[in-house]
Amino acid sequence: MTTTEQNVTTGNAAIPSVPGINPGADAIISIRNLRKWYQVGGGFLGFGDKIWLKAVDDVSFDIEHNKTFGLVGESGCGKTTTLKLLLGLEKPTSGTIYYEGEDVTTMTKAGKTEFRRSVQAVFQDPWSSLNPRMRVRSIVGEPLEIATSMTKGQIATRVGDLLSETGLNPYQANLYPHEFSGGQRQRIGIARALALNPKVIALDEPVSALDVSIRAQIMNLLVDLQEEHGLAYLLVAHNLATVRYMCHDMAVMYLGVVQESGETEAIFNNPMHIYTNALVSAALPSHPDIQREEFLLPGEVVSPINPPPGDVFMTRTPLEVDPNHKWANERPPLVEKEPGHWVVETPWSMASDAGLKVELTGHKGV
Amino acid sequence: MVDSTDTTVEEKDEVLSDSVAVDTDGFGKSVISEEVILEVNSLETHFTTRWGTVKAVDGISYHVKRGETLGIVGESGSGKSVTALSLMRLVPSPPGAIVGGEVLLGGRDLLQISEKEMTSVRGGEISIILQDPMQALNPVFNIANQVGEAIKIHQKLKGPALWDKVVDSLRKVRIPAPELRAKDFPHQLSGGMRQRVVGAIGISSSPAVIIADEPTTSLDVTIQAAYLRLLRQIQQEEGVGIIFITHDFGIVAKMCDRVAVMYAGRIVEVADVRTIFNTPLHEYTKALIGSVPKLEEKTGRLPQIEGQPPLLYNLPEGDAFAPRSTLEFTEEDVAKRPPLIEVEPDHWVQMSRSSVTDYDKYAHLMPAEDA
Repeated sequence: MTTTEQNVTTGNAAIPSVPGINPGADAIISIRNLRKWYQVGGGFLGFGDKIWLKAVDDVSFDIEHNKTFGLVGESGCGKTTTLKLLLGLEKPTSGTIYYEGEDVTTMTKAGKTEFRRSVQAVFQDPWSSLNPRMRVRSIVGEPLEIATSMTKGQIATRVGDLLSETGLNPYQANLYPHEFSGGQRQRIGIARALALNPKVIALDEPVSALDVSIRAQIMNLLVDLQEEHGLAYLLVAHNLATVRYMCHDMAVMYLGVVQESGETEAIFNNPMHIYTNALVSAALPSHPDIQREEFLLPGEVVSPINPPPGDVFMTRTPLEVDPNHKWANERPPLVEKEPGHWVVETPWSMASDAGLKVELTGHKGV
Repeated sequence: MVDSTDTTVEEKDEVLSDSVAVDTDGFGKSVISEEVILEVNSLETHFTTRWGTVKAVDGISYHVKRGETLGIVGESGSGKSVTALSLMRLVPSPPGAIVGGEVLLGGRDLLQISEKEMTSVRGGEISIILQDPMQALNPVFNIANQVGEAIKIHQKLKGPALWDKVVDSLRKVRIPAPELRAKDFPHQLSGGMRQRVVGAIGISSSPAVIIADEPTTSLDVTIQAAYLRLLRQIQQEEGVGIIFITHDFGIVAKMCDRVAVMYAGRIVEVADVRTIFNTPLHEYTKALIGSVPKLEEKTGRLPQIEGQPPLLYNLPEGDAFAPRSTLEFTEEDVAKRPPLIEVEPDHWVQMSRSSVTDYDKYAHLMPAEDA
């Protein structure tokens, strides 16, 4: 059962294989052992122990061509930091990002430009992510002006095309962001992200700030664009229902560490980690007759400053933790429990051991 | 109506340590009595803007029973929050004004009493829990001060008696070590704890009605679940009526006993929560419920509501949902304001050919002049 030591090949020999990655994945982005530690104190003039905030600690996953990878977890679990690392908005402390099998840090200048063009982002809040002083045509056309040699006329045509593709009217290019509703603004954000024909789009909570009736429109638009352009998405979200709708693969993060990962349906059909079960049990039902038992984990999310050296989850588990156990002092790896479904397995992390298994479909009444 | 499904957890109890709370009785029993504690009749709140009069609340009526949770659901701009502010008489004036209707609480019309009397009602008989706990709490006063303020005003307590009541309120919202936490400042608490403090202020004077205006949107899922459970527990203990304003049908499914769906300042459908989910009649209600992805199963392509929510100034007199409706109808059908019709006992629908599929089935219920 333990496949941790198994030699997994990812199709590209240069990319190291680590637990949590399915062999033979057709990856466009491969993230390996990514760490982002912020120094928050200590270490005066090089003396003393440094205090680290470990926002992302040894995270690895693959985003496959034409598929969506979801990152879920509570605030402070490091999902947004991971997204920023992918976009190059933060510099990783260690670890590597591979784009089409190539290490991003050792790329040539032309390769890096190509990478930046190919990875775009759509942000959560359409009110603050668009510059209120720019007309839509400048917002959507800006990437084209900077990164291509297109003429003004060509840019105007392209902006019109992008707007109609995202469900807006080309004449609206002359308007300012404040003249649009939230859903329309998010469409502008998506049009801008599409401008340079990217291959990957990082979506940071793309629908959570929108009205319910608009969410379905935007999610469907994203799904359609993915099919048409063969896009790969990295979706950061805290709404599990959104993740189940949008994502092919997903990872559940807690305190900067992936606790469970794999195919979305495999995880929802059989969530194994106590934390995943707690998240699922707390999610809101879709019908008043569905009454899930809620598992409230003891304590609150602990600070990511100097987390335990072993399993980060051990302070939240309802089960007893043996302080001398190997995984109380050393970071436990992901273990493949069923094909394509990986989980951090320790004596205190498995939902089946705690009797905390959530039944998603079991409580459907009339 | 709400029965507790006794899920078997005996075998789980053995392995569980005490610290894990497992909800054994579903999500708590409802303790609804037939006594109506708050009644709102044809409330109208208008705002004067340079584009015209915005009828934010356009003649809506509803009631809340003791121990009941009424959900008011709608998109931004549907008037759900203005409804709440109108009850508290907190609509900023100008530009806003309550131009008609009545709000009956404890035998008087809150819209007629003096401002001084209203001050004792606000936070006393009706209290409101707002969306953002960071904005609702003042960062320069400690928790005891802020919880105590409401108690001082409404219960005229002082000194040790006041302190005891503050600690008691904090204990009611399950804040651990309330004696110590009372001396903390808002920034020292987590988001979930802050929202509990706001809840403590809300319940400190044992109100008859609590208005919860999207109190959990800024919280994480697990914290949200704990907070909703807490609200439900407080409701059972105190028998308070809750008006829950939200746009999330998950919260409605979990919390509410009855639901009023608002669109463009009007209520388009009111019914028991199961009726709303099982047999909704208004196209907007149907579309809203259908457009939410389900956690319980892999959802196929989501049906979506086309178009945008309407702009509220210069709304047509007729059915405001008509421009987004996919049903067949003539202009004549949407010329008049559609009436709210009771199609089944306690199931009211704003009836028009543009919004109800089986319009013909209910046409005989329409007022005579329309026939």
